[in-house]
Formats: sequence, C-alpha cells, structure tokens
Amino acid sequence: MALTDVATFVGQYPYRHLEQAVSTDWLLMQMDRLEIARAWVGYLPSMLHKDPAPANAALADLTAPHHDRLLPAPTLHPGQPRFEDDLNAAIAMGAPAVHLYPQYQGMDPAGGEMRVAAAALAVADMPAVLTVRLEDTRQRHPADLSPELPAAAVRALIRSDAELHLLVLHADRAFVEEVHFGLTPDEARRVLWDISWLWGPPEDHLGILLETVGPERFIFGTGMPLRVPDAAVAKLDLLDLPASQRDGIEGGNLQRWRGPSG
Amino acid sequence: MLIDVHAHFYTERSGRADWRSVNARRLAAGERVGITAHVASILGSWGHRSPTYFPSPADVTHANDAMMELQRAHPGLVFGYCLVNPNYTEHALDEIERRLDAGMVGIKLAASRRANDPLLDPVAGAAMERGVPILHHVWQHRRRDWPGQEASDAAELAELAERHPGTQFILAHLGGGGDWSHSLRVLREHGNVWIDLSGSGVDTDMMHQALEAVGPARLLWGTDVTMGTGWGKLRYLESLELERPDLDLIRCGNASAIFPEGAFDGAD
Repeated sequence: MALTDVATFVGQYPYRHLEQAVSTDWLLMQMDRLEIARAWVGYLPSMLHKDPAPANAALADLTAPHHDRLLPAPTLHPGQPRFEDDLNAAIAMGAPAVHLYPQYQGMDPAGGEMRVAAAALAVADMPAVLTVRLEDTRQRHPADLSPELPAAAVRALIRSDAELHLLVLHADRAFVEEVHFGLTPDEARRVLWDISWLWGPPEDHLGILLETVGPERFIFGTGMPLRVPDAAVAKLDLLDLPASQRDGIEGGNLQRWRGPSG
Repeated sequence: MLIDVHAHFYTERSGRADWRSVNARRLAAGERVGITAHVASILGSWGHRSPTYFPSPADVTHANDAMMELQRAHPGLVFGYCLVNPNYTEHALDEIERRLDAGMVGIKLAASRRANDPLLDPVAGAAMERGVPILHHVWQHRRRDWPGQEASDAAELAELAERHPGTQFILAHLGGGGDWSHSLRVLREHGNVWIDLSGSGVDTDMMHQALEAVGPARLLWGTDVTMGTGWGKLRYLESLELERPDLDLIRCGNASAIFPEGAFDGAD
C-alpha cells in the first residue's frame, strides 16, 4: 500500500514563523525521505481568513505541479455567504476533502452553519476534515484563544447527516474514545482518525485504541510542518503491527472509509 | 550508545494497576529504539498519596527506594536520579547523600519550589560536590502559575545556574510544551545548562533552533513519558546534515560528559 499522509500543510502559520515549512519543496523532500507517496495538503493561512477562497486558489496553484502526489484540501468557511461556491471549487480542483476550522472561524462547531455545511458536504460526497488542535495548549500564542474542538461537536455533526464522512486530526486518546463509543457502529464507521497526536509507548495509547476502537478507524497523519513527521512513523514502527493492519493505516483504511468510489 | 536522560518508572504506589506493564513497555520500546541507558526517576507516588510535583518526604523515599531496585535489577541499563523535594532541606540532602553513595547518578528536581529560590542552593551545592547533574522540570516560558506545580521556566533556572557555575543543570523536556524558542533565547549564554529534547512536543523547527542556539554540544536526547515522539525527534535529527561526531554528542557524548565519570560503562 502506498503511504498516504492525510495531515500535511503548506504556507506560513499565523502564530509563529515556520522556518522549514511553507513550500511544497520542503514537503516533498520530507515525503521522499519517509517514502510517503501522497499527501492531503491544507493551507495554514486560510484557517484564519474570513474568505478562504483566495487562499484556496493559492493552494491549488501550489499543488498543481505535483498533482500526482499533493492533493489540495482547501478550507471552507460555512459562515460565508455562498460557501457552496468554494465547495464547488474544491470539487473542481480534485480535493479529496475540505478543512473546516469552526473554532478559528468564530462558529459554534456543532451549530447551524456547521450543520448546513455538513449536509452540503454529504450531498457532494466530500469528507470534512476537523482539527482538534494545531498546537499544544501550553505553547499557544497569547492571542490564540481559540478553544479546542469539543468531542461533542464531532458526535453531533456525524449524527446530523447519515452520509457525512469526517476525518478528525490531532485527537488524543480520550477524545477518540469519547466520540467512538458515543456513536452507533454505523455512525462510527464514517469517522476516521489520524494517528499524529496519539501517544506510543510506554502509555501505548495508539496500541490500546487499535485494539479497542479497531485498526480500521485510523489513518497515517504527520501534522507536518508543524510537527516532525518522523514521530508518526516511529509510533507505527514501535507497534510491530501485522502487515494487514499497517497497510490499512498507511492507506487502505482511507479507501475502505470512502467506499469503492472514494 | 544511546542515552535517554529523561525516563520515568512507576511503583505499586503510583495509583495505577498497570504500573508493572508500563515499566516493562518502556524497557521493551527502549530495546526497539536502541536505548542503551535509561536515566530515570520516579516522581513520588505520581499524585496518588501526595502531589506529583510536591511529593511528600515519605513518597520521595519510597520512590527512590524503588528506583534503586530498578537500577539493581537492570545493571548497566537503568540508572537512577535521586528525586528530592527542596522544601524539606534536611531530608533532601540526606537522600542525595545516601542515594548517590548507593550508585544513583543524578538529582531530579520536579516543581516543588521555584528554581531561583534560595532553598535550591543547598541542593545545587550538593550536586556540585558530588559531580552529578540536576535534571530540572521546566515549563517553557511560564506566564502564570498553573495548578499542581510550582513550575519554573528557563529564565528562573538560569538564575540558579548563574549562582552555581560549577553545577551542571539539565533543562527538562524542551519538547514538553510551551514556548521553547523563549527558553532557547534564555539559555544561549548559560554554558552550564544543557537541554534535553524529550517531551511530547515535536515541533519541526524546535531542533533546528536548538542546534542554532546552543549547538550540539549542549543538547541531550531523551523521551520523558512519550517514547514515540522521542524516537521521532532522534530520527529527524539523524536526517539533518549533522556530522556524525555532533550527532553522537546528542545521542550519548554529552550525557557521558556531565554524569559521573564511568557512570555508563557497560551500558553499550
């Protein structure tokens, strides 16, 4: 299975300077080094933009020369009038999913605007990417007062539309458990979790979740450039998983989550 | 050789039924990573009988007893820090004396008293006399007090280091969350403070800026409670264009230099 990283970004981060990031060149260099075949790429600046459309266009331009490896995952702002235009633009650029940052966009993460967006995404068969946190609370910029995504919002959104698919990035063990076991099996099957924020040994949060929640619910994500990508690979190496489970996390689960058309 | 300068273990008093398996998992993961020396402490009863960062003297003694047992059970692999609570000066100095006599290799200060407080002077003095480093829990830029600990930041640790130029200090877990760039700016000029890279934080620029700020000669590798992130940072460091001798300093050379001479003989 070709390794897919669903949690990468390009562009400058609003709250601190990223020396190593910003460009697709750096991203591709890390992907080559770690044998990551493809990446879903978000655009960091857009999370704070009132109108993400110009930034989404910039993301499309950045990724277009590498369309075989870098899949643009633009940002939607459901509080914007005609956000459906941005969804259509995402479809047109071949996005595998779209990012929503309700906690940075000033919206109730399970409120009316998000539910309308959830319905629109479900109709369009477009998964949504929600990010629990971008940085550890302890190191946030003093002006970054945005709350972390609440687990209740994930439960509410996935229940709001039977066709919606959610990928949740940067969740920790407690968050995953609270959502997963707070959903029906059918609801839980539409949620996928990246592994980037789950602890390895000795606490073994990732290993425990693979046993309790199931290996099919997890997918490889690094969080780079905010996070060192090697940590996600190291966590998998420490688990010594059966090949079938590792293949699933490295990409197979993504295909199964989206079904034959995904 | 690979020395983890920031490891922890648990005991039956740690308030968790799985303490033995957590300890075993650390050793098993260490084998996979290639760790040849775990330099470790036990933080009292980890909050079960007294607060993790304000351990009672009884919990300190019990933790150090347990740490000594682990060191004896894994000779050449596990090495102990002597945990102390500096609010109990006499007890702290007594623990340091007898634990170092028994073979522990360093002193662990959690967050029971601000690092720049005069109460830490006797502990720092004892460390210098015995030639062992102090691993000091640090919050990477403390803007306010947080519950559960009297945390210190790099500026406060630097004050202590200035008062004790002959003592070697390790600033704990640069990757432990917080404003690591703030810490790096503080520590540029404090040559008796080393930085351990442990912690769950894996910010990409952290290693680059640490190398730029203090160079490979003052960086130490470690894990703390998340070994996957520790190994990830080590792998990332190995991918940078560091000269092999510089990488070896971070892996083990610096630790071998600041811990007692010969402490890690047989750990390879």
